[in-house]
Amino acid sequence: MSARNRELLALVPSSLLVTGGFTAVFVERDNVLSNGSLGYGALFLALCLAAHLIIRVTLPDADPYLFPLVALLACFGLVMIYRLDEDLARQQAQWFVIGLVAFGATIVLLRDYMALERYRYTIALAGIALLLLPLMPGIKAPVNGANLGVKIGPISFQPGEFSKIAIVVFVASYLRDTRQVMLIGARRVAGLTIPPLKHFGPLAVVFGAALLELFLIRDIGTSLMFFGGFLAVLYVATDRASFVVVGVVLFALGAYFVGTHVPHVSARIDAWRNPFDDRLYDAQGGSYQIAQSLFAQADGGVFGRGFGQAIVSSGSYHLLPAAQTDLIYAVIADELGLAGAAGLICVFLLVAQRGFKIATLARDSFSKLLATGLTTVFSLQVFVIVGGVTKLIPLTGVTLPFVSYGGSSIVANFILLALLLLVSDRARREAVRG
Amino acid sequence: MNAPIRRLFGLVVLLMLALIFKTSWNTVFTAEALRDNPKNARDLLEQERIRRGRIRADDGTLLARSVKSGAETWRRSYTSAAKLFANPLGYAFVDPGRTGLEAAYNGELSGEDNGLRSILDELRGKRVVGDDLITTLDPAAQRLAESLLAGRPGAVVALDPSTGAVKVMAQYPSYDPQDAGDRKAFAALRRRSGAPLLDRATQGLYPPGSTFKVVTAIAALDSGRFTPQSRLSGKTGIPISGVPLDNDDGESYGSIDMDTALTHSVNTYWAQVAEQVGKPTLKRYMERLGFDRPVAVDLPRGERASSGVHTSSGAIRDPTSRYVDIGRVGIGQEKLLVTPLQMAMVASAVANGGVLMRPHMGAKIVDDDGRTVRTIEPEEIGRVMTRRTATEVREMMKHVVKEGTGTAAALEGIDVAGKTGTAQKDPSRNITQPWFIAFAPADHPRIAVAVTIENVKGGYGGTDAAPIAKRVMQELLK
Repeated sequence: MSARNRELLALVPSSLLVTGGFTAVFVERDNVLSNGSLGYGALFLALCLAAHLIIRVTLPDADPYLFPLVALLACFGLVMIYRLDEDLARQQAQWFVIGLVAFGATIVLLRDYMALERYRYTIALAGIALLLLPLMPGIKAPVNGANLGVKIGPISFQPGEFSKIAIVVFVASYLRDTRQVMLIGARRVAGLTIPPLKHFGPLAVVFGAALLELFLIRDIGTSLMFFGGFLAVLYVATDRASFVVVGVVLFALGAYFVGTHVPHVSARIDAWRNPFDDRLYDAQGGSYQIAQSLFAQADGGVFGRGFGQAIVSSGSYHLLPAAQTDLIYAVIADELGLAGAAGLICVFLLVAQRGFKIATLARDSFSKLLATGLTTVFSLQVFVIVGGVTKLIPLTGVTLPFVSYGGSSIVANFILLALLLLVSDRARREAVRG
Repeated sequence: MNAPIRRLFGLVVLLMLALIFKTSWNTVFTAEALRDNPKNARDLLEQERIRRGRIRADDGTLLARSVKSGAETWRRSYTSAAKLFANPLGYAFVDPGRTGLEAAYNGELSGEDNGLRSILDELRGKRVVGDDLITTLDPAAQRLAESLLAGRPGAVVALDPSTGAVKVMAQYPSYDPQDAGDRKAFAALRRRSGAPLLDRATQGLYPPGSTFKVVTAIAALDSGRFTPQSRLSGKTGIPISGVPLDNDDGESYGSIDMDTALTHSVNTYWAQVAEQVGKPTLKRYMERLGFDRPVAVDLPRGERASSGVHTSSGAIRDPTSRYVDIGRVGIGQEKLLVTPLQMAMVASAVANGGVLMRPHMGAKIVDDDGRTVRTIEPEEIGRVMTRRTATEVREMMKHVVKEGTGTAAALEGIDVAGKTGTAQKDPSRNITQPWFIAFAPADHPRIAVAVTIENVKGGYGGTDAAPIAKRVMQELLK
């Protein structure tokens, strides 16, 4: 069976899930939902088919499982959002359309994605600029005290979602060139391998800029995602654990400093440590959200309460703040239980597996590093938000890729997916040719 | 470069496993504690979505129902008849919660205990609704009892001795259960003097006075130590536990039998009986009657007080303790505190030939379509005394009403058996707590009652409580 036919077949489970999920939610909440709302489910299926056709035409050899897995995630998310708010589901479906346009555009414009290497500094600057955008007065729209959002007129978006891709592209392309010289020219000082400054310089600048941003964006979770991606690419490029150790130590020091000196971040850490403390629970931006998230998960148990059965609001009062974005995982755990939540994590794990598989299949260093970096930031984003929602780490306002409501997140992750499929298409074609 | 990529994937696997582990921790391992966390309002909001069943009196009078309060939410609405039954009925609101029958029958009222039926309903696309509760409470008698209390704090309990079905559980002060659903009204209710939220019938603890002599009589006769003809001195001032005990108004009797001693409520006679019967025997009979543990009735545990000898801190003291003056316990003094329902149970055990039935207010559970789902069957607590003892005590109690202290309870054409009680609350100001327990018709009892009024100046059981018992019995025997 050809890769594309396998992909089409693998889309069947997602389509069943979206149909079943929509029906279940609709049946449970037929007194509040309108009949037409079932159309979003149909629209979603049409979009999946359209995306499949785009891939069939443009990237015939790309990994057959990546897209069906992403479709599964997106349908999980869409059903959950539909269950929370019919209007948001409509908007989310629209964002899927836009995301798909971005997906198609990326594939067409970057058919030769090696071209990205030529613009690496531009891309790096753009990435950093994007990250700094939320600090600009006039357009900044802080999310719970973290400088992650931007609002221009009616449009608000989170530039960090795009910036993570830019940084990965830069680091991957830079290290493709310099990884050899970095190792050859390296000296060993006190047991640590120190790369030559000349080649490490630009990286250090990016690294330093990102470290600086840790203070500016005031969000450890997002920073963790960036640093993790950066260090992962560095590690794969050089195979030197020592670089990673140094990076982790630097990050830990920075995080410690921020955690103890930036009030907003230390409040988040306090809320994480004592979510049920009366003072923190009632405080603005305190532990109410994480406490409610835990209650929702406890409510779900092993098998959950079923689609549309969990309590997320009472009248106009919302029990779960940001249920459709930050806390979507808590809603999933509530309605589908540990079984559904663990299933979702497994889907993410399979996406990561496909991503790393693409990286190992790729022939050239840039492709390998690019696939590795993109897969790592994607996985870390899942870890940061799910870890936050489950109280494994302090809660941060990032989205759960493809599942949470949010335009920037959908569009950026579709671009990320397109890049992975581009790498995959080339790698598998070259592998077939031998 | 593939080896580090694989190691990196290994790290991602570990991170994802950590997420699954932490999710399991939250959803399963610590879920119980999270659900019980006082900050977790989920359970209450859940209840708001359920249409609770109705509650009705025994004649079908509607007491409580649920009305729509939003697109998907319901709210309790109490009828004006419910005000009569506020204390036993209780209330059910998200805030401040549930009490009374609303709490005791919550499983049925909320539909949680419907089990298979609710699953079937769900499959058929029907919303889960709670079942209705039909109670044994009698609105006419309840209204009468409340009016007879006439604004004096106290309680009237009446039940069917052969089944334990509670007909009347009236008290003053009471409240409007609807107020519990309003934050401000409820706060005012809690501040109001006289503790209107307290269910005096099951939680009010009062000195029983001479009504307790019935318990002493049961122990004395059933243990075989005494007969109704046993004679003892009824002189006033006989030392009990080394301290002279006086009869009411200092009246002295010569050598009298038990029947006379009960008819005229002679303290010294009964104190001697209690001393001779002894602590272990008295304790045994008290426990058979339901003392020393939360009073048996279908209300939540927190709304049922234990009758018995209390310590100064309010705990129950073992009647065999060496600190207990058994002679004075035997006449209803000495830190002996009882609930009105407990005293109605004493009367009902005698009335029912010695077998004590468990008092209950729930009669049956009816589903939304009107089918009876469950009938609450009469339940025996146990045999307290032999039929013969019961007959002997009954005969003595008949004399109390015929020619003794309780003549005010006499009904025309119907024999009444009863016992008065007048507990001293504040001797310096002559404040007493009048009591009357009774059952009728004496030979084939259909109703047993207990009446008490807190703090009456110069009050007597025979003059203040007995007339109320009479009218309530009359109403219930109609």
